[in-house]
Amino acid sequence: MTTSAAIDTRLGMYRGMIRARYFEQRAYDLFMEGIVKGTTHLGLGQEAVAAGFAAAMRPTDMTFCTYRGHDHTLLRGAPMPALLGELAGRSTGICGGKGGSMHLTDVTNHAMGSYAIVGAHLPIAVGAAWAGRLRGTGQVSVCFFGDGTTNIGAFHEAVNLAAVWKVPVVFVCENNLYMEYTPIAAVIPVEHPAADRASAYGLEPLIVDGNDADAVYEIAVATIERARRGEGPSMVEAKTYRHKGHSRADPGAYRPHEEVEAWLARDPITIYRARLEAEGVGASALDAIERQAAAEVDDATQQTRNAPPPDPRTLTTQLWADGGSAWRN
Amino acid sequence: MAELTYRAAVARGIAQEMDRDSSVVLIGEDIAAAGGVFKTTEGLLERFGPDRVFDTPISEQAITGAIMGAAMNGLRPIGELMFSDFLAVCWDIVANQIAKTRYMTGGQVSLPLVIRTANGGGTRFGGQHSQSLENWAMAVPGLKVVAPSTPRDVIGLMAAAIRDPDPVVFFEHKKLFATKQEVPDGEIVDRLGVATVLAQGSDVTLAALAAMVPVAVEAASRLKASGVSAEVIDLRSLVPLDTRTLLESVSRTGRLVTVEENPRLCGWGAEIASLVAEEILWDLDGPIVRVTTPHIPLPAAAELEDLAIPSADRVVEAVLKIQ
Repeated sequence: MTTSAAIDTRLGMYRGMIRARYFEQRAYDLFMEGIVKGTTHLGLGQEAVAAGFAAAMRPTDMTFCTYRGHDHTLLRGAPMPALLGELAGRSTGICGGKGGSMHLTDVTNHAMGSYAIVGAHLPIAVGAAWAGRLRGTGQVSVCFFGDGTTNIGAFHEAVNLAAVWKVPVVFVCENNLYMEYTPIAAVIPVEHPAADRASAYGLEPLIVDGNDADAVYEIAVATIERARRGEGPSMVEAKTYRHKGHSRADPGAYRPHEEVEAWLARDPITIYRARLEAEGVGASALDAIERQAAAEVDDATQQTRNAPPPDPRTLTTQLWADGGSAWRN
Repeated sequence: MAELTYRAAVARGIAQEMDRDSSVVLIGEDIAAAGGVFKTTEGLLERFGPDRVFDTPISEQAITGAIMGAAMNGLRPIGELMFSDFLAVCWDIVANQIAKTRYMTGGQVSLPLVIRTANGGGTRFGGQHSQSLENWAMAVPGLKVVAPSTPRDVIGLMAAAIRDPDPVVFFEHKKLFATKQEVPDGEIVDRLGVATVLAQGSDVTLAALAAMVPVAVEAASRLKASGVSAEVIDLRSLVPLDTRTLLESVSRTGRLVTVEENPRLCGWGAEIASLVAEEILWDLDGPIVRVTTPHIPLPAAAELEDLAIPSADRVVEAVLKIQ
């Protein structure tokens, strides 16, 4: 597709997708090794959505994402060693080991949290954007969620309120075709889980190829700037696919082999690299991006391996603003 | 000094804080143009305008979620849930999101917000509009829990709740809305976690909250006639809990009776009883007794509801049994 993005922006998106891909592959490997514990919900295959939107956001715009939120948090600028440290439950983790894979948050970079209860963050994203409008900050919230979220009540409450109050928020459905282990088509009465619900709230149904970073960037710029102009929320449905199962416990065996193969052939990174090369970007420049990302992941891994576990004294800190957790005198 | 109802004290308390801090905003169902279904927010829209006082759809997840997001981004929002029973339809936002976020993010996120809600029975509304749910909130780490019993305390504790840097669930008791009190003019600001000793006594401590405070006070005055000196403590907030005042009193009187509107199991009095048992058991001269609603939903019929909710008679009877 044609794009309005400058070449630096596009190389930035390529770098973002590569960093996210390598990070997730390493998270997978470290889980198998027993370094990363609990669970992980990897964004492998869905990198173009995170990269396209991150590239279109201002530094003070706010990201709200789900438990499949490693990519989004990383690409808003969160330091990789702190993210990997959090996955591994180390003291170096971005939440000090208290959040884990499903709760990555980096307020400094306006990655305002990863939320592990489906749909919960939609009204929260609306509230943050509404506060920005009241305070005149010009901020926009971008709220990522999965296709399964469109069936939960909080989705509808949040989208309705955002539309009624004309809140500067962009809702982004990452439709990877499966709500956990069940095909989304089996649990919705319409074809497009988010786009087909948009009209109920007076919003335009917007569908984008979520494996095409340029296309995602274009729609991200359009919807974010629309929100910033005070014209209210948008609903974007990005069609994409996760390369792995829902979470670490899931091999994804319920998905037809041909379907998986077809989507793997539409890998957003492969597509983008080929496009950039066809447009004259030298392979060496792209190779350098990949080498840098690999080195960054190796460095983050090393730091994580060497990091101590959280100090036991932190167990009862940070419940309250005074730093402690006292409930009595 | 002016006579003020508990109902009007809610609006005065909010107005006091909105006047002082432009980041305080108020949202909820029917709270702006209509002034609240209990008329607790009357006049606030007119006084502070539509940029600070907002009507919402019937969407409790959106209300609580929106105030959480707003608190993350520089406001000190107040959200009203029309009835505390509606906490059940947004409990994910309250208990999983609002309560846990500071801890789970390693202290990155502050949530200076207040959830105000009309709580409690005695109004013949039946089982889904009458519950006393302070103990639900008390059971979740990360929520502060406040339940005033007088118009003056509504103002002072509202100010404390709004100024608090952490999330507060503020229970306003429906049965108390019409009660009146002479309240001083000017700013009133309390601290959370400070109980009040309403009647001093030497034979038994009655610990009560919200609408059970006047019940305990009435019981104490009747007990006096029977020669029993009862001390009445209005806890005012459950989190933080003023254990110092409570334990000092029970150590002195040697007896504790809790007066709780909630159903028996896991009511706030159970926690207080366990504290007393753990820390000052040897100061006791008799068993701890809890006067509560039976373990049932509240019925609508007046005769049944009055039987269910603790009365001064039941408190007197409980006290006399352990003298």
